[in-house]
Amino acid sequence: MKIVLQNITKTFPSRGKKNTEDVVAVNDFTFEIPDGKLIGLLGPSGCGKSTTLNMICGLEKPTGGRLFFGDQDVTDLPAEKRGVGMVFQNYALYPHLTVKQNILFPLQNLKGKDKLSKDTMLQRAQEVAALVQIEELMDRRPSELSGGQQQRVAIARALVKLPSVLLLDEPLSNLDARLRLQTREEIRKIQRATGITTVFVTHDQEEAMSISDLIVVMRSGVVQQIGKPQEVYDHPVNLFVAQFLGTPPINVFEGKVQGETLWLGEDPVLKTPGIHNQDVWVGIRPEGFLLREDGPLHCTLSAVEVMGRDMSVVSTHPSAVTPSIRSIIASDHVIHPDSKDIHFAIKPNKIFLFHKETQVCLPVGGSVSQ
Amino acid sequence: MKNNKKAWLYLLPALLFLGVFMIYPLIDVFIYSFEEGYNFASQTKFGTGLYNYSYVLHDPYFLQAIQNTFILAAITVPISTGLSLLIAVGLSKIKPLRQLYQTVYFLPYVTNTLAVGLVFMVLFQTTEYSDGLVNLLINWFGGSSVDFIDGPYWAKMLVLCLYTIWIVMPFKILILTSALASVNEEYYKAAKVDGTSALRTFTKITLPMISPMIFYLVITGCIGAFKAYSDAVALFGTDLNAAGMNTIVGYVYDMLYGDSGGYPSYASAAAIILFVIVLTITCINLLVSRRHVHH
Repeated sequence: MKIVLQNITKTFPSRGKKNTEDVVAVNDFTFEIPDGKLIGLLGPSGCGKSTTLNMICGLEKPTGGRLFFGDQDVTDLPAEKRGVGMVFQNYALYPHLTVKQNILFPLQNLKGKDKLSKDTMLQRAQEVAALVQIEELMDRRPSELSGGQQQRVAIARALVKLPSVLLLDEPLSNLDARLRLQTREEIRKIQRATGITTVFVTHDQEEAMSISDLIVVMRSGVVQQIGKPQEVYDHPVNLFVAQFLGTPPINVFEGKVQGETLWLGEDPVLKTPGIHNQDVWVGIRPEGFLLREDGPLHCTLSAVEVMGRDMSVVSTHPSAVTPSIRSIIASDHVIHPDSKDIHFAIKPNKIFLFHKETQVCLPVGGSVSQ
Repeated sequence: MKNNKKAWLYLLPALLFLGVFMIYPLIDVFIYSFEEGYNFASQTKFGTGLYNYSYVLHDPYFLQAIQNTFILAAITVPISTGLSLLIAVGLSKIKPLRQLYQTVYFLPYVTNTLAVGLVFMVLFQTTEYSDGLVNLLINWFGGSSVDFIDGPYWAKMLVLCLYTIWIVMPFKILILTSALASVNEEYYKAAKVDGTSALRTFTKITLPMISPMIFYLVITGCIGAFKAYSDAVALFGTDLNAAGMNTIVGYVYDMLYGDSGGYPSYASAAAIILFVIVLTITCINLLVSRRHVHH
């Protein structure tokens, strides 16, 4: 089922003194989540992504705007009538019930004409347990499970009532690094298998990029950019999005456009047709650096970290905002460790110019679309 | 081994204190209970055997005390725990003025027992001028006055139970309120998303979550009820045997110091019987809780 957010706004009354302004958690969020897709809500903590999830779920009521599931307006519908499955950050598995009882719990709530027979309930529980591969754990209690297993049980409990929408709040934050990789594949697989429209919240950009069909980048309650992960990575609309996506993070410089050329300090780095003379922020992805003797960007080498497949070159440049700039270079290049200066050429599609004030991305030569 | 010695050294003050004031008296009481006609002053006895137990168990006053104590425990423990749970749930649901209500409900705990006794006097005692507030109410609805302090057994027991419940409730409310507050909010959110009814949320989530605390309150409540004494004195005066409202601890006390006092052997036997009763009930509680309490 598609989910439509129409100018969704949520403000919380400020606590304490009366004259302070209300806190705007989510500001005018409009977006249509297509049916059967996996959507990642991404942003730093406090950006309003969890509030958005809670509003879709029905645990919070928007202060403005409308919310639709398909064609049905669910804005005023309480959570239990929306038919959503929710996986909480700490899983919220009932500790005194076994895995089976936990999964059966939502089914046992059904009343009246929706009431299921015992056999049907057990069968449904078995099916969903098979889907997330926890069949052999059915008689254990949550405390006897590992974090990853608890996660699966929580997903099973959310799926057992065949929800039209599945919501996951920071689903991987409580898992260790290895399990995180495995579980995110798992979530992707389960979502594909069931075809349920799924929205999940995360502050980890890698997590969002790796499994989402679409990502929504938020900041201070305002949606920054919506798009396919690769699109957003390749064409960030502003400096914030550029900085938020990517590991290692993008390198930011203070630059100047003069005579259709971008200058980083003394170095003419790039031809910038169509951009008039001005000061700009410049972002260069770590993989955008090419090692060239005659490259225009002159940096001072500080360290080389060999990582096997490629190496990470740490250097400094007077125009860089950060104390060091990090570039990823294929490891078949040879760098003399005692060489001081290092010269880079820049891949044009890995460098972005942002307006000095608004921080909005400036299209270079009309080649950058957005 | 050296560390071990040090550990014992550190434990010594506490052990000495416990030994002198807890363990030695316990053993002593156990020994007295088998020594017939023991006399503190002359340190003499007639003989050794089970006579003390036989005497106590045939003493109508003791049997009355046992009956009173059992009735008191059976009535006050479930009612006070249940009411406290109800009030604690209510308190946790109220948003405005919650702090104020929590304070108000805790006040009786820090109020002087005598002050509470005084209030109960106003409520129940018959004086030259009135029959007490409760009788006033009974008269209002067309009933005739009941003497709650010197009257029929059930009336006196009612007052004693009410008094006990009133005294023990603040502590239980406090414990349960904090137990309720410690249940993670996420469980309730999960239950809400799954469309769980309020009743089912309470019985299937809240109750199991706070069951260790309820169990703790039932055990301490039982032990407290079996040790009841001062409440009865506050209401019916020191001659509890005459009032027919004695408790086991009251009987022990009377045997030691009361008008019929000076019988440490009987007192010891009664104390050991009380000990066995409390131990048995606590064991039963533990067995029951194995099945129903989720830790």
